Amino acid sequence: MNWLIDFFGAAANWSGPDGIPARILEHLEFSAAAFLIAAVIAVPLGLLIGHTGRGALLIVVSANAARALPTLGLLVLVVLLIGVGTVLPVLIPLVVLAIPPILVNTYEGVRGVDADLRDAAYGMGLRGGQVLFRVLTPSALPLILLGLRLSAIQVVSTASVAAFVGLGGLGRFIIDGLATKTYSDVIGGAVLIALLALAVQLAFTVLDRVVVSPGVRQVR
Amino acid sequence: MITFEGVTKRYPDGTVAVDDLSLKAPTGAITVFVGPSGCGKTTSLRMINRMIDATSGRILLDDQDVRAIDPPTLRRGIGYVIQQAGLFPHRKIVDNVATVPYLLGWDKKKARARAMELLELVGLDSKLAGRYPFQLSGGQQQRVGVARALAADPPVLLMDEPFSAVDPIVRASLQDELLHLQSELHKTIVFVTHDIDEAIKLGDTVAVLRVGGRLAQMADPATLLSEPADDFVREFLGKDRGIRRLSFVPATGVRLGSAPTDLEVDEDTRPLGWRSNGGLLPYGTFNPERDSLRAALDAALLSPNGTAIAVDGDGRVIGVATRDALDEALTRQGTSPGERVSEPDREVPASDTRRAES
Repeated sequence: MNWLIDFFGAAANWSGPDGIPARILEHLEFSAAAFLIAAVIAVPLGLLIGHTGRGALLIVVSANAARALPTLGLLVLVVLLIGVGTVLPVLIPLVVLAIPPILVNTYEGVRGVDADLRDAAYGMGLRGGQVLFRVLTPSALPLILLGLRLSAIQVVSTASVAAFVGLGGLGRFIIDGLATKTYSDVIGGAVLIALLALAVQLAFTVLDRVVVSPGVRQVR
Repeated sequence: MITFEGVTKRYPDGTVAVDDLSLKAPTGAITVFVGPSGCGKTTSLRMINRMIDATSGRILLDDQDVRAIDPPTLRRGIGYVIQQAGLFPHRKIVDNVATVPYLLGWDKKKARARAMELLELVGLDSKLAGRYPFQLSGGQQQRVGVARALAADPPVLLMDEPFSAVDPIVRASLQDELLHLQSELHKTIVFVTHDIDEAIKLGDTVAVLRVGGRLAQMADPATLLSEPADDFVREFLGKDRGIRRLSFVPATGVRLGSAPTDLEVDEDTRPLGWRSNGGLLPYGTFNPERDSLRAALDAALLSPNGTAIAVDGDGRVIGVATRDALDEALTRQGTSPGERVSEPDREVPASDTRRAES
């Protein structure tokens, strides 16, 4: 508890480029960039594979790779390959980490839509694209959002690795705190990351309320 | 008119689902495809709106080969009702019904107004319009399914076992509702079922299919019951064919006598019962204008004295039919195929008359 008071109570921690607000902002920047890139790749891919049924192998591979791949190891590898100095070494592993939950859940969401529903949609005279966007996607939305949420939380929690390669973000408090044995910083940084993850969770809960049709939300 | 000309569906693994099927489903009538599972009835239905394409042969819609029409365009002109209703869970009922009008580019207001009209037509409370499908019972969902199929007023309606997932009581009311709707709308309906009683109740023409997708017999229900083409059809029709056939013989010809004095009636001459020492005994009634000979016979069986009471549309006694009179009627109708008994006329929402404008 004292450590938390030390960390959050120190006026110096609240201003300047090393301060909490600046670090949070940096952290969110990496996370948001990685998350958005992943979403832009994985959502359309998941929809397409789910709708056509082609390329389902990719989903399986991706899901397994996600479990096997060590983020930190990948980070080091990318740094070795392209060096430090840009945000790229952090973005690549984070994007790789963020894609599978979105891809797998989007795919499962679309795949899992009742066969009768597809049948009815085609039978009414909807074209393939209309079936995908007007029927399958809205029905799969709860799962798609679940994937996005899991992914966002993972990215926010893992973005602290940026500090390993000299970049900012909340990881700085942890890495630097460990190096200088300033445990209040380590604990404080960890708490901030946890709070950020909770905030992401909350944001998605709100988003869910707003964008998912009540007709679909109740079913699940 | 929908015409099948030598239609065959063979799957790549060699299974023949439909084998050289040729038949005509007349305009404005209900044609039922009935048969055991594996007889190709659903496949045949789905080839009409090209959910499945035939391997060989032609299906003509009026005079046009369905293969010449792009499937989505074809389907928008054909109502389609399936077993599980298949309503879009994320859309409100009113928007579900308006699906095809939206696809056809109607403006939202007009499409919704049309949807409300149809909800009323299929007997659903307008309060349900703003609900989501999961909030409705199975029977209500199925009604919405029918309303959705009718929304753009297509001349043809395909119904694939639409009532088999609901309980028997709801099913019976949905069947009555369909016959009632059909008496107003005169759509060309192809209806698939595995239930021969449903086929006989609903069909103007019934096509019995056998496993392997071959047509066993096609006839009106009364003919089917009195003259099944072979053992398969006979067996498929089941028991009590004679009694069931009487459902298709109108009771109009039954000789009526004047009501005997032991029939107790109220001030409006509606029957109360047969007077006896122990009080009033039960009775049965039929309406000669509306009911079948089967109903008249049933009414006689319900009365301890074997006399059926004939009533008018308001339930007032107009006479009685004795056992002898019923016997004469039974003898007279013999084995000749009876005339179809029309469905009772009921109140129809006025909205229906406006559908031609849309």
